[in-house]
Amino acid sequence: MSWYNEFPHMPIDDLRALKKGIDAGFKGFTREYGETIELIFEPVKQFMILAEDFMLDTPWPIILLLISGLVWLGSRNWKIVLGTVITLLLIGFFDMWEDTMKTVAMTFVATLLAIVIGIPIGILMSRSTLVERLVTPILDVMQTMPAFVYLIPVVMLLGIGKVPGLISVIIYAIPPIIRLTNLGIRLVDKDVLEAGDAFGASYWQRLRQIQMPLALPTIMAGINQTIMMALSMVVVASMIGVQGLGQPVLKAIANQYFTLGIFNGLAIVGIAIIFDRASQAYGKRLQKHSEVVHG
Amino acid sequence: MASQSIEIKNLYKIFGPHGERYVDMVANGMTKTELNEKHSHVLGLQDINIHMPAGQIQVVMGLSGSGKSTLIRHINRLIDPTAGEVLYDGVDVCKMKKGALRQFRRHKTAMVFQKFALLPHRTVMENTVFGLEIQGVPAGECERRATRWLDRVGLTGFEDNYPNQLSGGMQQRVGLARALTNDADILLMDEAFSALDPLIRMDMQTVLLDIQKELQKTIVFITHDLDEALRLGDRIAILRDGAVVQQGTGQEIVLNPADEYISSFVKEVNRGRVVKVKTIMTPVASDAGSELISVNENVLLEKAAKTMTDSNQQNALVVDASGNTVGQLDIHDVIAAMVTPVEHEGAEEEASAEAA
Ligand SMILES: Nc1ncnc2c1ncn2[C@@H]1O[C@H](COP(=O)(O)OP(=O)(O)O)[C@@H](O)[C@H]1O
Ligand SMILES: [Mg+2]
Repeated sequence: MSWYNEFPHMPIDDLRALKKGIDAGFKGFTREYGETIELIFEPVKQFMILAEDFMLDTPWPIILLLISGLVWLGSRNWKIVLGTVITLLLIGFFDMWEDTMKTVAMTFVATLLAIVIGIPIGILMSRSTLVERLVTPILDVMQTMPAFVYLIPVVMLLGIGKVPGLISVIIYAIPPIIRLTNLGIRLVDKDVLEAGDAFGASYWQRLRQIQMPLALPTIMAGINQTIMMALSMVVVASMIGVQGLGQPVLKAIANQYFTLGIFNGLAIVGIAIIFDRASQAYGKRLQKHSEVVHG
Repeated sequence: MASQSIEIKNLYKIFGPHGERYVDMVANGMTKTELNEKHSHVLGLQDINIHMPAGQIQVVMGLSGSGKSTLIRHINRLIDPTAGEVLYDGVDVCKMKKGALRQFRRHKTAMVFQKFALLPHRTVMENTVFGLEIQGVPAGECERRATRWLDRVGLTGFEDNYPNQLSGGMQQRVGLARALTNDADILLMDEAFSALDPLIRMDMQTVLLDIQKELQKTIVFITHDLDEALRLGDRIAILRDGAVVQQGTGQEIVLNPADEYISSFVKEVNRGRVVKVKTIMTPVASDAGSELISVNENVLLEKAAKTMTDSNQQNALVVDASGNTVGQLDIHDVIAAMVTPVEHEGAEEEASAEAA
């Protein structure tokens, strides 16, 4: 009755051999193609460095002005701008400016790449139910797989540093933008689409002039979620060498520096709120035309 | 560039994965219910044959679910037929390749929708230029042409509003302006005024008739409302369960309903506004005085009755367009024709009397 009390698993030796085999295979693949892959990601790395250098080399008052200006352009809301200025001043005052800038640069680049990659995938999904059925489970895996687990192959392939960090942040943060692009396009009013067809719109005209603008509020909600997830991933990614606010948090955990952890954690919360409020207000403004309903 | 007629020939539409298998069965008399129960396919249209005259308004009428929307969507092939032809200017729309179809839709047709189907994120002006933009007309030219039609439908001053800021009637004016700006021969209107209040609907009908007087497009107008059909339609086709049960002019249908279904429709109609005097005139009596007033043969009964009572006349002469006397009219006949409720049998008698 031993099979009843203990699950009859694969013999330990076989299992070990299997894991070793896969690991060896992957290591072989890494040795073979690691450099090529690194080369492929070189432009991304340069872009990342450029963004970081810009945030770090530009004098802080200019960055402060720039961020507040962007927040104003997006939200047109003085309260949000004021909150932004105060948050950034506090961050600087508590000597977290540099780390914050690194994190902002990372989040910015990750979000941008997630949009550039995610929106076309979302469009493809909305076009074909087959693609939707294939991509959805992958997104499910990406969202439920513990982030630490997929750090492993990324690190094996690319080592420790900015690019592997960026990749893991993107993998973690990209699902909402893909899902909501797909959803937004699928929810576009059939009658309006039919009007487009009746006037002879081509595929691209349909996409550009009807589907994308009508899906935009939903896509914006996806971008908002993507930004939030990218920010929260920055801490995890600090384990593989991503610089920024995550590093001090990691140090704080290792050494039980309570205050260090709290300060940096709060800084992350602060910029998360700024990003969130600004992008949500922007999304709302995009929908303004649908609010003024005839009485 | 004169308008062309649209010729619909033996058109069938059966919704479902294998519609083509059932065309013959339907042609041999299988009903919509049978088709649905035995083969789970939906009969959309069966054996439609309509000649839609060039430069005139063809109304297609029928109750909800009778296949009106399905029919009008075959003309610009938003729906592909299961069998049959839709000819425009000698070309079968159903056989056009993708590119040709797109050009046909862009340049030959324009459509107005029941639920307006405007782009909510665009202003009135931006909506109106939509068709031209799709055609690739430069922006300045688009606006110039759109401005004219916006003015024509009474939307000057609203160019920068969003659709949501306008009432239903105003939104449909945008829909109409968008279609007219396209400058296409064929205007397809699927229950375009059905969502509007009665008074606004009358307004829109007047706008459409005025514009049609000037443009003479080939208009296909869908409605479920007989009054609207009679007011707008040069010709009317009545659909039931996807088949044409009767077609002809409004007067023909009112005076001679093909079956109970149609007579139940036309019973309530104000015949004075549909029937023309030439339908009820009698041959000129030899003693008819030349002092009698004359009315044109195409005048409607209601108008003739008013003319005659206004001038205190019991009788009048009926003249054709060039002024020749073609018959005479008795006020009693006029009034009798206006008030007689149309029974099915009665209508048949009248028809044979008319033919005699
Ligand atoms: N895509 C479709 N699939 C299946 N049945 C349809 C489809 N479109 C319309 N029908 C059916 O065809 C019939 C005619 O519909 P429709 O043309 O919309 O009628 P109407 O416009 O006169 O109200 C209805 O029975 C409807 O249910
Ligand atoms: Mg309909």
